Amino acid sequence: MGSAMGERGKDDVMKHRNTNLDPLEPVADKPENENPMARPAATPHKPEARLGREVQARIGQQLRAMYNDVVNQGVPQHLSDLVRRLSDQDEQ
Amino acid sequence: MKLDPAIRDQVLATVPSLRAFAISLCGNIDRADDLVQETLLRALAHIDSFEPGTNMPAWLFTILRNLFRSEYRKRRREVEDADGRYAETLKSHPEQTGRVEFEEFRAALAKLPSDQREALILVGASGFSYDDAAAICGCAVGTIKSRVNRARTRLADLLAIDSVDDFGPDRATRAVLAGGGRN
Repeated sequence: MGSAMGERGKDDVMKHRNTNLDPLEPVADKPENENPMARPAATPHKPEARLGREVQARIGQQLRAMYNDVVNQGVPQHLSDLVRRLSDQDEQ
Repeated sequence: MKLDPAIRDQVLATVPSLRAFAISLCGNIDRADDLVQETLLRALAHIDSFEPGTNMPAWLFTILRNLFRSEYRKRRREVEDADGRYAETLKSHPEQTGRVEFEEFRAALAKLPSDQREALILVGASGFSYDDAAAICGCAVGTIKSRVNRARTRLADLLAIDSVDDFGPDRATRAVLAGGGRN
């Protein structure tokens, strides 16, 4: 009983911590065959899903950081020259 | 008749993210730039088939992906080899994440099946809607959603244990949970 309450409290803390997470809206990785009726009442969120959300936020962050690292390099000169040259040509 | 400068500018504006996507596919910056160049040649030669007002990035990404699938993917062995050198292709490392963490992330990403990695990058990094990503990949929206979910789950799985240390107080519990979450 007592431990069930403990789990509950922890859940609430998690919920608060997770409010402003990933704009990617990571979808909780719950198994497709999950039956909501089968879950114990004291654990409204699967522990894996809770951990998942935090890891997902991190994944989204790193994914964008990695991607933007390239995006921030801008347009290489040779590609920009290519586009300008081709767009000044007559179309066939 | 010359190309409408507005259209040309849309093409140019898409080049940086085209490169980022190309690098994620090829794993090698030189090959990625070749792929982007080929994409631009193809796109500008067929610019008439682009409907002004529609999504230029999605159109260019579709062309790039098709080129990649038809030609570059044949060199699979090289691509896999190149995956391992991905970090070296970047001039700098993202500031938000430590170098080690970045390396781990990159390594985990490289372990994903290519269709999952591609879907995850289109939705999670390029910022395409599920609909656009599905159009780019020529598959159903549900397929994209499921690939993105599987990619995230797999990445979380690969990264969970290592991330536990960074999460503060509850780490022991989380370590157990992370272990329990593996499948």
